[in-house]
Amino acid sequence: MLEQQVLNGVMLGSTYALIAIGYTLIFGVLHLVHLAHGEVFMVGAFAGLMAVRFAGGDVFMAIVFGLAAAAAAGALVELLAIRPIRRRKGHSLAPMISTIGVGIVLQEVVARTFGAEQVGFPHRMEATSWHVGTITVSSVQLLILGVSIVLMVALHLFVTRTRLGMAMRATAESASIAHTLGIRSERIVLLTFVIASALGGAAGVLVGLSFNAISPFMGIDMGIKGLAAMLLGGLGNIYGAMLGGLIIGMAEVLSVAYLASSYRDAFAFIIMIAVLLLRPRGIFGSLHHVEG
Amino acid sequence: MFDQYTESVLIFMLINVVLALSLYLPVSAGLLSLGQGGFMAIGAYTSSYLTVTFAWPFLAALVAGGLAAFLVGVIVGFPALRIKGVYLIILTMGFGEIVRVFFLNFERTGAASGLGGIPGHTTLPWLIAVVAVLLAGFWQLRRSRMGRAIAAVREDELAAEIIGINLTRVKIAVFAIGGALAGLAGGFYAHYASFIDPAQFGFHRSAEIFIMVLLGGMGNFIGATLGAVTVTLLPEVLRFLQDWRMTFFGTLLIVMMILRPWGLVGARR
Repeated sequence: MLEQQVLNGVMLGSTYALIAIGYTLIFGVLHLVHLAHGEVFMVGAFAGLMAVRFAGGDVFMAIVFGLAAAAAAGALVELLAIRPIRRRKGHSLAPMISTIGVGIVLQEVVARTFGAEQVGFPHRMEATSWHVGTITVSSVQLLILGVSIVLMVALHLFVTRTRLGMAMRATAESASIAHTLGIRSERIVLLTFVIASALGGAAGVLVGLSFNAISPFMGIDMGIKGLAAMLLGGLGNIYGAMLGGLIIGMAEVLSVAYLASSYRDAFAFIIMIAVLLLRPRGIFGSLHHVEG
Repeated sequence: MFDQYTESVLIFMLINVVLALSLYLPVSAGLLSLGQGGFMAIGAYTSSYLTVTFAWPFLAALVAGGLAAFLVGVIVGFPALRIKGVYLIILTMGFGEIVRVFFLNFERTGAASGLGGIPGHTTLPWLIAVVAVLLAGFWQLRRSRMGRAIAAVREDELAAEIIGINLTRVKIAVFAIGGALAGLAGGFYAHYASFIDPAQFGFHRSAEIFIMVLLGGMGNFIGATLGAVTVTLLPEVLRFLQDWRMTFFGTLLIVMMILRPWGLVGARR
């Protein structure tokens, strides 16, 4: 039984990790808690659903569409709701309020367009499942794991091996020094939003496939858990976010299996608070990036 | 005096003022919380449970609700001693979520189906009196020793500690009293709405309270009050937009932050 639970925890955790990476990228570069990231995730899920429903696409179409739609949404959020505020150098929390506004708008627009009810993917795409000893693995689970790993490895390579990735790290380290060195920080910020949102959009489709239910209001739950995962790993740390996602996913699955299942959503936060009491800056946290 | 619609808007407005002040207090010491809905839930559930099940008098139940939120505030305040900035915001968000999930599963207060039949004790005069007392209190606080200590903690913690301000006491006090005020507001809310369920006190509520304070400007309590009034009245004014009013509200929030990133009456520091 335990092996099965661990496997389920890793699956769920890898989607949390994808969301947490998005939060952490944006926080690292902008020092902004993007409170509409959960809604961008939701937009990705709906775009994936549309691709399957109207274009008759398969799972990969859904992921590509979800990813692209979320990336576009993320870019729009940055251009319309973040950049103008940063230009005016207002209160450091003004962009955060603005993202709450963005979250409301995205939720409402999707709810008005597609209805406020939960919808599912047309046919359950969980075609096959395999039994390995005591463990059952479905194709959707393998897909989630595969796509998550591919995306995370791609991000790792991008951040460490490319010039743009380097520029992104430099901007995260110090925006002003990066600017002096000739890095065009405006572009880097936009790029960060696009990458973060694309990862969130892919996670949206994966979660939609695995629970077979998406709704305009799913962003809040997932968003809060993604934030908790980012916090666990330490703000602005990509690998911390991956680990944080796994821990939150694992905690959730194990608490359902061995403790009271109805408290699953609280358990993740209890773990988060416990870790923060021991390490106030998260597992990989440093002294940087503390003040919002 | 007023027709029922106007009265209900005024009552929700004054409850929101109490909620905004409940967040402004910790904010004035530099502690931001996105979990104020959790304190509100504790106050609402405690006071309604007492009036519904044990037929407690309104005032006693209200005080008990505030007290319960105060005690929880002390507990939540302790992590706030070490955890700052964004970490604290997300931690309090987690706290709000824990409270919501707790009441979602707590059978005695109706769990997910909510708690109904709460007597309608909240009236306009009650709320006017409470808000007046609170505003007078905040006015007094500004010039008092405690008020200056709070401002010092916000501006520079280390310097405040060096000149002999007890950081622990100030931080836990503002957090717990803020929690108690939110709990009080929750009690008033429950005894007007007559039905409560956990969904009413989720992230949306906490975010709304957060918006009130930041929209008004974090500089002083008048800003928080004004923010509360704005956030209550805007959706009412926008009612003619019908289904699209929340979309418009969200857009307006973005536009306001672009035009006045320091809040409505916020001072540039």
